[in-house]
Amino acid sequence: MAGGIPIMIEGLTKQFGPVTAVDDLSFTVEPGRVTGFLGPNGAGKTTTLRVLLGLVRATAGTATFGGTPYHDLPRPLETVGTALEATFHPGRTARHHLKVYATAAGLPAARVQQVLEMVGIAEFADRRVGGYSLGMRQRLSLAYTLIGDPGVFVLDEPINGLDPEGIKWIRGFLQALAREGRTVLVSSHLLSEVQQSVDDVVIISKGRLIKSGTLSSLELEAAPRTIVDSPDREKLSEALDEAGLAYTEGRGGFIVDEHDPGVVGRAAFLGGVELSALHRLKSGLEESFLTLVGGGEE
Amino acid sequence: MSLLRSIASEFQKVFTTRMWWLLALLLVGYVLVLAGGFGAFLGWAVRNPDAAAATGGNTGVPPGTELAPLIYTFASSIGYVFPVLLGALAVTGEFRHRTLTPTFLAEPHRSIVLGGKFVTQLVVGAGLGVAAFATSVGSGAAALAAFDFDTGLDQGDTWALIGRGVLAMALWGGIGVGLGALVPNQVAAIVIVIAFTQFVEPILRLAASFSDVTASIGRFLPGAASDALVGASFYSIMSTGSSSSLDWWQGGLVLLGIAVVATVIGGATTWRRDVT
Ligand SMILES: Nc1ncnc2c1ncn2[C@@H]1O[C@H](COP(=O)(O)OP(=O)(O)OP(=O)(O)O)[C@@H](O)[C@H]1O
Ligand SMILES: [Mg+2]
Repeated sequence: MAGGIPIMIEGLTKQFGPVTAVDDLSFTVEPGRVTGFLGPNGAGKTTTLRVLLGLVRATAGTATFGGTPYHDLPRPLETVGTALEATFHPGRTARHHLKVYATAAGLPAARVQQVLEMVGIAEFADRRVGGYSLGMRQRLSLAYTLIGDPGVFVLDEPINGLDPEGIKWIRGFLQALAREGRTVLVSSHLLSEVQQSVDDVVIISKGRLIKSGTLSSLELEAAPRTIVDSPDREKLSEALDEAGLAYTEGRGGFIVDEHDPGVVGRAAFLGGVELSALHRLKSGLEESFLTLVGGGEE
Repeated sequence: MSLLRSIASEFQKVFTTRMWWLLALLLVGYVLVLAGGFGAFLGWAVRNPDAAAATGGNTGVPPGTELAPLIYTFASSIGYVFPVLLGALAVTGEFRHRTLTPTFLAEPHRSIVLGGKFVTQLVVGAGLGVAAFATSVGSGAAALAAFDFDTGLDQGDTWALIGRGVLAMALWGGIGVGLGALVPNQVAAIVIVIAFTQFVEPILRLAASFSDVTASIGRFLPGAASDALVGASFYSIMSTGSSSSLDWWQGGLVLLGIAVVATVIGGATTWRRDVT
């Protein structure tokens, strides 16, 4: 395996005619960590990755692997493993698909069988890809990323179409790669999808950087809230007012702007209110993500 | 080095899908029917001119024409559309199935990929040429021998003609790559191949033969150049202006020129576009 190299995006802009898909974007992805590349649909994630991989020409700025553009990498498949939207010739088998590109990159043919086994599609490898399910195609894409045993992984929405078992597998897999010191960049339009496996996040919206940092720094901003409910909502609202807590009434009870359920519980206790629910709102991170990117849909 | 790897990869691409043998099968069947059929018909008609005239069958073959080269070159004069198609599909298929992404990830130097395709399709075209000539010579010689005609297989000239025919088929493969690079839309490329080879060019060649000036231009049409390269062909005997055709090596250069120019222009335009 080649060592992990940082991915460096500097002042990147890409225009498709009148559409600015990526707008003066800069961030760095460090080796040894899993970085989630997040943003709503159309934020410019795929475009950024395609520029990084030399498939799309930048309008301005650079996107490199430790300073070297993809085009100038001496052995690209052994440096970077890429899974973009899964594209195959439907009439070719998975084994032949991989072999064709292994040959082009000068990799030993024996790698093909190895990676087919690693992603768990070896038994279907001699079937034509046209008959593959979405999840099998995703796994074949992943097999392609592994074929050169690279130090950097660039994965565009790899979780799409995987079954729960596949999702669990890929999460563990990404973390294992990072623990070996590799650079792992994985895009998603849902934070919750990658939340459990990423160390860092880069969040973009409308082609611009919104935030980059560790997941825990995002968690701090997330300001988790507490849900509380009572058979007697009127009395509960009085108790919350008494304690000076801000809240809104939701379907499942009151959503209180307070991260510690203990504080809310105490307010209820002091007001003598019977509680039917008291817990932390779990989706705090996803909500703060949506707040960051402008509420998702507009 | 990377060009060699790219060529090896392109060969694997050709032979790991079914298109190549489908086209090879069609080519062999087409040539078999035409070379064998015409061989038998011409052999019969020349041997029995009165009977042929009685049935209204005018062979149009001037007396004294050697039948063997005429029949053997069916392989290239009607078969050339097959290497063009396969060459064009090698390029347009990458656009259609969006496999340019994995291709350019494995070899980011796009000109090397296109160069690899060009060389590969020259060789594949030559392979189709060998299959086509084996068919036309096999069935044609059998038909001629049946009517007691000279098969010409003991003459060096015949084998030189076959060699030039195989070379023509190879160059047509290169033209296919150039066409695919110029017109990446697969359906459009196929329509252009069929329309041009089956309608446009035959009409142009016929029209060009009506005056000396147009005839001197018309001989640069790819089909005319191909016939000039190969030598005798059904078309050039049918058109009276066979005297104005190019020398064989000029014909070869015209085909090579078309293939290279189309590939280079395509390589500098559509092939360099963003892959999204
Ligand atoms: N080839 C193209 N021509 C024109 N516009 C394009 C092209 N590719 C992308 N765009 C535009 O660029 C913007 C960013 O698209 P991109 O695919 O990079 O977003 P994304 O973040 O990957 O979205 P998603 O989550 O839906 O995959 C969108 O407005 C899109 O319409
Ligand atoms: Mg995308």
